[in-house]
Amino acid sequence: MTALRAAAAAGAVVLAMVLQVSLFPHLAWQGVVPNLVLLVVVAVALTRDPQLALVTGFLAGALLDLAPPADHVAGRWALALTVVAYVACRVRPETRASALTVVSTVAACSFVGTSLYALTGLVLGDGVGSAGELLQVVALSLVWDVVLTPFVLPPLLALFTRLEPARMG
Amino acid sequence: MTDLLERPSSATPPSRPPRGSGRGRRSRLARAERRERRWHLGGLGSSGERPQPSRSLLVALVLASATLATLDLSTGSHSPLEPVRGAVADVVGPFESGTSTIVRPLAGVPDWFRSRSTLSDQVDALTQENQQLRSELNAAPYDANRLAEYDKLTAAASDLGTSLLPARVIGYGPAQSFSSTVTLDAGSDAGLRPDMTVVNGDGLVGRILRTSRSTSTVLLITDPDSTVGARVGDTLAMGFLRGRGVLGDDGRLDLELVDDSAVPARADTVVTWGSTGGAPYVAGVPIGRVTHVYSSVRETSQRIVVDPYVDFGALDVVGVVVPTGTQSDRALIGADGELGGQSAAGEAR
Repeated sequence: MTALRAAAAAGAVVLAMVLQVSLFPHLAWQGVVPNLVLLVVVAVALTRDPQLALVTGFLAGALLDLAPPADHVAGRWALALTVVAYVACRVRPETRASALTVVSTVAACSFVGTSLYALTGLVLGDGVGSAGELLQVVALSLVWDVVLTPFVLPPLLALFTRLEPARMG
Repeated sequence: MTDLLERPSSATPPSRPPRGSGRGRRSRLARAERRERRWHLGGLGSSGERPQPSRSLLVALVLASATLATLDLSTGSHSPLEPVRGAVADVVGPFESGTSTIVRPLAGVPDWFRSRSTLSDQVDALTQENQQLRSELNAAPYDANRLAEYDKLTAAASDLGTSLLPARVIGYGPAQSFSSTVTLDAGSDAGLRPDMTVVNGDGLVGRILRTSRSTSTVLLITDPDSTVGARVGDTLAMGFLRGRGVLGDDGRLDLELVDDSAVPARADTVVTWGSTGGAPYVAGVPIGRVTHVYSSVRETSQRIVVDPYVDFGALDVVGVVVPTGTQSDRALIGADGELGGQSAAGEAR
């Protein structure tokens, strides 16, 4: 069953990456697109055992770092999304997650992920704009991610919950 | 580690049976329940405490990210990750290409819903422009004749020897990545190499950074890392054009002239200066027009803001400047505007 769960997560990540790169730029707002890969990582972290969530975060980030339009230092999104998976696992509620919890988790993760990516850019001297632009991009991507949450998270959560070993018997 | 594993069993009373216990094997129920709690099975809807993620795995993955960054950063263009990037591009490229083929017709839909008032505004603006152009046209024959003479001279002196290879933009780097790059659906199979100039109908787009077999990555001139040798068309003053990393409507560029005393006028055209061998930029490609000049008397410097002709928020078909006679899997557009090259490539195979 682990192979099936991993395959589902990998498929979701690749689909999210392709949509983020090819579909959403047509709807971009100041060039900022919703970070669908981050949403997938959060969904995995909210349902799956945390080890798989961390690995999914790392591999999804590495994919974002290496897939075609990317030209930054590799490992930056990998680090950001690993930490995002960790944060999502930590803040995950002990009991049934309400819609509000999911949305606030996504907001926190989006903020942490984008800021961490920008900070590593500052540290490595890898072309990040001024502080004003940086904050604007972080805020816009947070808004995008929260807006997309009601459409993306429920199906993903349903899919991953269905693949839980407890359900598979 | 130990407290992480022990917490669930000590904190949660075994009040609720796990979901997967309907197998009818009573003897194994207790063990299954314990195992389930330890591996924290159960859906989002199920109650019960879950183990927290392992710190050692987190540390390992963070270190792995740091290793990736170090490998990529310290070795520069000879990075061991370049082949990996190529392999990932070969796998992901067809998906991006397919998605953008599906999306392209839908992207034009908003244009159908323009209101009547915007259309009539556009008609007014175009009428005005038309009048202006008509008046310029009256002086044109003389200019055209003079230009034709010059053209004959220059054509005899140096054959440009370049063709355009058409390609489509299939992927955009998000602004979250703070770099302005796009993916083209043509790669080394189509004859593309790094450091080729990319243009479209409006002007300079950027240059190719790297290619895989079927895709290539283009650094747009709006990227903060991009520097283009440029000159002001009206005065021929030379300078360097840097991107400001802003995509979308306000994708402005900064021009820094070598000679600070040369002040360009508003709406002066800025064109590329050109490099040896046409790499990375061929000469004379229009880039944009001057919109603002800020001068600081104290620092005796000036900042010139250039508005690019190309709309970087809506790139679609672009042309890559390739040497004439490049072996390609698609048709080239020659300097005379004729389509060709594919048959030659076909014969060569």
